[in-house]
Amino acid sequence: MSKVIERDGVQYEVIWEKPKGLKEKQMHYCPGCAHSTLEKLIMEVIGEKGLTENTIGVSPVGCSVFAYDYMDIDMQQAAHGRAAAVATGISRVFPDKLVFTIQGDGDLAAIGTAETIHACNRGENIVIFFVNNAIYGMTGGQMAPTTLEGQITSSSPHGRDVKLAGHPIKISELVAQLPGTCFVTRVAVNTPQNVKKTKAAIEKAFNNALDKKGTSLVELVGNCPSGWKMTPVNSYIWWEKNMIPMYPLGVIKDVDNN
Amino acid sequence: MGEIHLMKGNEALAEASIRAGLDAYFGYPITPQSEILEYFSRELPKKGIAFVQAESEVASINMVYGAAGCGKRVMTSTSSPGFSLMMEGVSYIACAELPCVLVNVQRGGPGLGTIQPSQGDYFQAVKGGGHGDYHMIVLAPNSVQEMADMPSIGFELAEKYRIPVLILADGALGQMMEKVEFKEYPKKNIEQNWATVGKPEKRDANVITSLFIESEVMEQVNIKLQKKYEQITEEVEDCELYHADDAEVFIVAYGISSRLAKKAVDLSREKGVRAGLIRPKILWPFPTKVIQKYATQAKGFISLEMSAGQMIEDVKLSLDGSVKSKHYGRMGGMIPAPEDILKEIESML
Amino acid sequence: MLQEVIFAGFGGQGVLTIAKNVAYSAMLEGKETCWMPTYGPEMRGGTCGCTVSVSDKMISSPILAKYDVGVILNLPSMDKYEPKIKSGGLIIWESTTITDGPKRGDVKSIPIPAYDIAVELGSTLVMGMVLLGAFIQKTESITIDSVLEALRKTLPARRHNLIPLNETALRKGYEYASKI
Repeated sequence: MSKVIERDGVQYEVIWEKPKGLKEKQMHYCPGCAHSTLEKLIMEVIGEKGLTENTIGVSPVGCSVFAYDYMDIDMQQAAHGRAAAVATGISRVFPDKLVFTIQGDGDLAAIGTAETIHACNRGENIVIFFVNNAIYGMTGGQMAPTTLEGQITSSSPHGRDVKLAGHPIKISELVAQLPGTCFVTRVAVNTPQNVKKTKAAIEKAFNNALDKKGTSLVELVGNCPSGWKMTPVNSYIWWEKNMIPMYPLGVIKDVDNN
Repeated sequence: MGEIHLMKGNEALAEASIRAGLDAYFGYPITPQSEILEYFSRELPKKGIAFVQAESEVASINMVYGAAGCGKRVMTSTSSPGFSLMMEGVSYIACAELPCVLVNVQRGGPGLGTIQPSQGDYFQAVKGGGHGDYHMIVLAPNSVQEMADMPSIGFELAEKYRIPVLILADGALGQMMEKVEFKEYPKKNIEQNWATVGKPEKRDANVITSLFIESEVMEQVNIKLQKKYEQITEEVEDCELYHADDAEVFIVAYGISSRLAKKAVDLSREKGVRAGLIRPKILWPFPTKVIQKYATQAKGFISLEMSAGQMIEDVKLSLDGSVKSKHYGRMGGMIPAPEDILKEIESML
Repeated sequence: MLQEVIFAGFGGQGVLTIAKNVAYSAMLEGKETCWMPTYGPEMRGGTCGCTVSVSDKMISSPILAKYDVGVILNLPSMDKYEPKIKSGGLIIWESTTITDGPKRGDVKSIPIPAYDIAVELGSTLVMGMVLLGAFIQKTESITIDSVLEALRKTLPARRHNLIPLNETALRKGYEYASKI
């Protein structure tokens, strides 16, 4: 039996509601950006699983820095790149709580590489959400470690030259090598089907943490309409055509299936 | 009186921290403080207390941030180069107002320097060290006994004022063994309704952050911090005085230097020179009022430090030109000899 | 009474341990004491020194430039610390392996063939204890009984079987020194 609400004398069937776990504050994310979908999905899962009182989140420096303004749970804001270390500190004093981070590619794959790899290697019972949109969004679209070869950014105006700037780094494949990780997967939110798969991945990752299986890393291959200097629609086309072939979706490691 | 032990300063500090109710320790090896990490690695897992040997000092200070944000008694320890790496995290911790105890067992710098004792990190300790306007309360032990006493004092101050507390020791204090007696330390007895512990239905979410993107808000945050620092400056002071009552030349010294200074005071008294010692046991806030009180009877002040002269600036600020003052010290891990200090005392007459 | 002593030798010769025994024994006797190693990056084989101060009163400075007594276990330490012994002071030194004793005329030289004595006792590991026995005989800053008590308190139970050998070594060193 679906819920019905009435507005201005017209009855509407409710097919989707803003999750209760999201605060009233309007998100600052650019139109078309994948970040907001991820945060919404995380809060849906936390709400459905009744985990609000048992969860502590960590926001990074980067576009999701203000995640605590939207997600209605106890949260800590970490220094640039240090979210996995902060999450380690939380998880070690609250081993039974669900601890997660949301981090971008600059935060996790450049300045925070050491913290990320070592948290994964220790198998911290945390969930790392890695939003990879191949660019530094917040600081104005500079080249990130995951920027594609030839991609033009504000700090690679001639296109990323791999001889000078190295190759796009594949973090998920890297951390999947580490015995501490239990689940590494790559998802996207560019289609309804992919949104559903992303939500399932979040659920699985949270279950892993609650079951103390080790570190789960969910890489969201994302977009950045503003940083890529595209309309939201064009960014979706570029996302599918360039990003997903470079960072193919699917489970990279799942200890349950090995 | 409890049982007396013979222990290294580093070990005494670690054992006393456990007795003071430590909930978590995060650290990284560096001479001359590695015994702290080793002691905890041996003892904490047995007691079910969190211990992580982190991948760097950058990571360990951020682990401290996370665990301190949960309202736990948390500690890290390092030596000078490692403390430089922690500065980013300390600035965040100060702004987010997280109570915790940090330990810097100083060695000679700058750069990789030496592993011998030094006091070259005074500025970094008392003036901030990281970016922005902030302070830590800085405790300065001068014996193995005080290495044991100060963690508990540190946690109490940290929790009362929601501020990081630094125990500023040095390689000598860390490495030497002396008698030490462990006391009954008070348990944490303070409500921490700000901590991230998981949000119950009926309260607003707690957020640990140092980001206040609007300038108007950030200024208010700064004003609040500065008011807190003023309050601490009013309320917190601890000095040991030695032959101060009739002294005409004062040595101001902290930590291991203060023990050399004591010997120099004894030597000068034997020669009939009325020297005295003011030893700040707390370096920030600096005991300005104590210095000013004794300035009225003094012919001169010597700031004795194992550095090129850092605390001398605070001594001079306190004296405000009323009495002459100068720095004396050695650098790079060298130790001033009491006989040389005596000469400096005599030169002030 | 304040006695400031340097113990020095190769790393692994037990310098830190015999120094710790002195500090621990002094503590058991209700005295003030401070044990301060000269720590460095060397591990095995490097020169290793440790100062111990024993006093009736609070010890002001744990770090010393001059010493009342030197207990010297190798030649490099003799070279390094001989000039740092106070005039009228004492150098107790291992005379089987160190061929040249102190050159100064203003310090008392106590050569002890501790290595040979230890070999006779069946273990070179107790060489330090022989020298410690000589140290106790010459300085009287602590007693053999307190050292034995210190060993009982600091050694793990499974090592207590070594205490009789250590006691013999202490007494041999004491005896030898009493004849000098």
